[in-house]
Amino acid sequence: MPFIPHTEQEIAEMLQAIGADDISALFEEIPSHLLANELTGVPEGMTEMEISRLMHARAAQHPQSVCFLGAGAYEHHIPAAVWEITTRGEYYSAYTPYQAEASQGTLQLVYEFQSMMTALTGMDVSNASMYDGATALAEAVLMAVRGNRKSKSRKILMPTTVHPTYRKTTRTIVQGQHIELCEVDYDPATGVTSLEAFKEKAGDDITAIVIQQPNFFGNLEAVDEITDWAHENNILVIAVANPLSLAILEAPGNWGSAGVDIACGDGQPLGAPMSAGGPYYGYLCCTQTLVRQMPGRIVGRTLDQDDKEGFVLTLQAREQHIRRSKATSNICTNQGLVVTASTIHMSILGASGLEKAAAACHANTMALVKQLSQIEGVDCAFESNYFHEAVLKINKPAVEVLVALAEKNILGGYDLSEAYPELGSAILVCATEMRTDEEISAYANALAEVCA
Amino acid sequence: MLIFEHSKTGRNGAPQSPKQKANVDDIPASFLRKDRAALPEVSEMQAVRHYTQLSQKNFSIDTHFYPLGSCTMKYNPRACNTLAMLPGFLSRHPMAPEAQSQGFLACMYELQSMLSDVTGMAAFSLAPMAGAQGEFAGVAMIEAYHKSRGDDGRKEILVPSAAHGTNPATATMCGFSVREIPTLDNGDVDLEALKVAVGPETAGLMLTNPSTLGVFERQIETIAKVVHEAGGLLYYDGANLNAILGKIRPGDMGFDVIHSNLHKTFSTPHGGGGPGAGAVGVAERLKPFLPLPVVTKEGENYRWLTEKDLPQSIGRLSAFMGNAGVLLRAYIYMRMLGREGMVRVAEFATLNANYMMAEAKRRGFELAIPDRRASHEFIITLKNEARDLHVTAMDFAKRLLDLGYHAPTTYFPLLVPECLLIEPTETEAKEALDGFMDAMQQIREEAEADPDLVKGAPYTLPVKRLDEVRAARQLDLAWKGNEVE
Amino acid sequence: MSDVPSELRYTASHEWIRDEGDGTVTIGITDHAQELLGDLVFVELPEVGADLTAGDACCVVESVKAASDVYAPLTGEVLEVNEMLAESPEIINDSAFDDGWLFKMQLSAEVELEELMDADEYEKEIED
Repeated sequence: MPFIPHTEQEIAEMLQAIGADDISALFEEIPSHLLANELTGVPEGMTEMEISRLMHARAAQHPQSVCFLGAGAYEHHIPAAVWEITTRGEYYSAYTPYQAEASQGTLQLVYEFQSMMTALTGMDVSNASMYDGATALAEAVLMAVRGNRKSKSRKILMPTTVHPTYRKTTRTIVQGQHIELCEVDYDPATGVTSLEAFKEKAGDDITAIVIQQPNFFGNLEAVDEITDWAHENNILVIAVANPLSLAILEAPGNWGSAGVDIACGDGQPLGAPMSAGGPYYGYLCCTQTLVRQMPGRIVGRTLDQDDKEGFVLTLQAREQHIRRSKATSNICTNQGLVVTASTIHMSILGASGLEKAAAACHANTMALVKQLSQIEGVDCAFESNYFHEAVLKINKPAVEVLVALAEKNILGGYDLSEAYPELGSAILVCATEMRTDEEISAYANALAEVCA
Repeated sequence: MLIFEHSKTGRNGAPQSPKQKANVDDIPASFLRKDRAALPEVSEMQAVRHYTQLSQKNFSIDTHFYPLGSCTMKYNPRACNTLAMLPGFLSRHPMAPEAQSQGFLACMYELQSMLSDVTGMAAFSLAPMAGAQGEFAGVAMIEAYHKSRGDDGRKEILVPSAAHGTNPATATMCGFSVREIPTLDNGDVDLEALKVAVGPETAGLMLTNPSTLGVFERQIETIAKVVHEAGGLLYYDGANLNAILGKIRPGDMGFDVIHSNLHKTFSTPHGGGGPGAGAVGVAERLKPFLPLPVVTKEGENYRWLTEKDLPQSIGRLSAFMGNAGVLLRAYIYMRMLGREGMVRVAEFATLNANYMMAEAKRRGFELAIPDRRASHEFIITLKNEARDLHVTAMDFAKRLLDLGYHAPTTYFPLLVPECLLIEPTETEAKEALDGFMDAMQQIREEAEADPDLVKGAPYTLPVKRLDEVRAARQLDLAWKGNEVE
Repeated sequence: MSDVPSELRYTASHEWIRDEGDGTVTIGITDHAQELLGDLVFVELPEVGADLTAGDACCVVESVKAASDVYAPLTGEVLEVNEMLAESPEIINDSAFDDGWLFKMQLSAEVELEELMDADEYEKEIED
């Protein structure tokens, strides 16, 4: 029997110890008319050989395209050691570290992860992870509403340059809690959100604002002046940042004169493969002042009975298993294994390795934009500084262009026409450190053909 | 020793960085970082050695019997991991064209169908990324359903007192108030109290069946009738689905919406805290509200349903499509088990739990609910040991670690004093179960002869008992030691 | 056995109330309550100036394994909070009825005070 070790003799001995005639007697408390018939929607079982054949065939249905698509998930180099170590059974098949003495490996690793994230973001505190960047933003909004006691409006300013699905996800998650998400438009010339645009929407009482840096278009927002303006008006600031970009861009903890209050984002660029959308993880960091508003697990360093250093889950009284209906969030399971990979990834690359990777992403995207924008009918949409993504306007419908490129095994970018119809036919392109000069030229040639 | 303490300025994993010499001079300095982040500077080997050694400080299913009640710590077949990590899946961008993603979409579509069949629901969405997010989706759908009918007065979610903490936390997140329904000593819901509680304010009842007390709720049909007649919906918390997989289906019991913890019942790894997956299933009347995305099949082709297809959806729960890699592992596991394998899961999980319960009784431990069949888990109460020997459930748990067993769930459910909630799962052999009960018996003998021995445990692990009060009072949540230069 | 000072008033949710005789009261949690909670690690206090109605959840006391709301036993305005508790919540464990007070209130109606339990009644309450 698959994954069941019992022999006939053992089954007989166990039933005898229980005092039951057969296994079905163990289900006698279930009303018999409710017992299920044979499952018709589940096929016969497969051996490992059979399932292996099937999964190889399914995986082979996906052509290996050259990826210039980003929009929140990026193809980066991941050292071979990262997932080799991560999938060791001791990490892979352990539960949440409820018995601290038997979970020091996971607990110390999470403490190291928290330390790395606070170093990258310049914040005081990090939790042990959220599900992904989008849900981390939703929880950051809920945190801000709990944390800004001076504000009564429960109103959040959310620029449209924040990732479209992050905005949708936030709406889904906060909709039951009477929070108003008020969108702020970007400047059509620069593709960034001006301070004036925030001021226009501000009114009397705003609880928090969100700024994504680099924003969804790849552009760099004027984070310092916006952060300072918000704080002058008792508004909390939530930063959404690609953590790889923080190897070269200013840390949210240093934006403006005081730094932001909450920083969050998706950890995928730090060691998680694109993997069809997940699992990734969301990181969530905040100032010391807000630590008790933080959802999710947090690991702390302490001492044992012999004064030896060790690690435990701490501040658990915020959490659902103790606070029940008054918990900061319902989250319990997080994305621990991906955090494991990410911690190892950051250790192996170090700050200098991440810096090189981030700089190479920037340089490759600059090279890509330069070549593509020379093609007739292709133009840069915005005059702005950007990190590793940029928006191009195209003289043909984006959807057709991307399909034609896909047929040449090039993932040409993200079609912006649905989320940003005002841009007309436009795509968001990205060239990470994985792209070679040859691939960039090949894309330019292919796009020239398609646009001709 | 922390990884930071292995760090020396100038050391790095050079071959892991691009050769390319790139600069960022075109970006104005005001946008750029002034100080390099204080990440460790170590060689690749140092990192590998450090994290390998750390891993060895963990208990896990691969190394230890791990009977953590309500968590379903069963074996995670390695094939599920290997095959889910084939390059064809790992290198797929989440927004790659559907035409180039048919293999992945086929797996997701078939996973939806198998889950629907095994739970008796009409349709499934794989979007939620954990059990708690599945609960959120389920309760948000209940709210959306009532609202769509103009039935705006339903502000209350009912939750039995034995429920997981996530249930009331979720209801609050969705904007509901929570009312607790008492549980009887025999483990069943207090039906009379439920009848009094339901009314025009009732949005729904969240129920785990079998309950967290490790027994099957025998009055489930009456409960369903009472809630439905009051206009409420019935929510199934799938945390304990392993107990009944393929034997009885939540849909047939009258549930309108369920979430299934794929990282429990369908054997995806817990990963030291996640990732999980909390797929949600619904009865016909809730289909329009499913969270996005959902996979559909048109002719021979698969595609995602979007807002255009399901305008009444509660919306998105993640940036892309949930924990795809976890879903693939669950899919592979289900295909390997097949239809007979599913039913065997419930049968042998239940056999193991009832056998351990019989053994516990034979060895003189007090059972929380002695006169009923166990489901896939059961509860020992150590209140007599705590009273007579001053040795608590926590002391037993810590001593078990010394004897090579991960502790069961302690102090949950909150209704039973000094309790251990024990869930062996179907993948453990009889000798592991016997070994665990021998250890429990040994600890009780130790507690009688020398209680301090048990109270001082553990002795054989990397650390002794840790000072949690100190951890909470003197918060040390990140390394701020010597800055890396 | 916990100590229950006879000069104080009590609630079933384990708050104590000291009548200061000038229309103000001092409020804390009882020794019995701190024993049930164990070592306290955090106290969230109300804001000075807040208007409370009897029965409002206005404070939270946290131990490692539990968090418990403290309810305003009477209606009135918060005059002062015990700032020492922010740094040293363990004061409540050491001195629940004295140094571990939580906050002081100006009462809006003194009659409510008479309706609270006296020491004998509270002692009976916690015996059950």
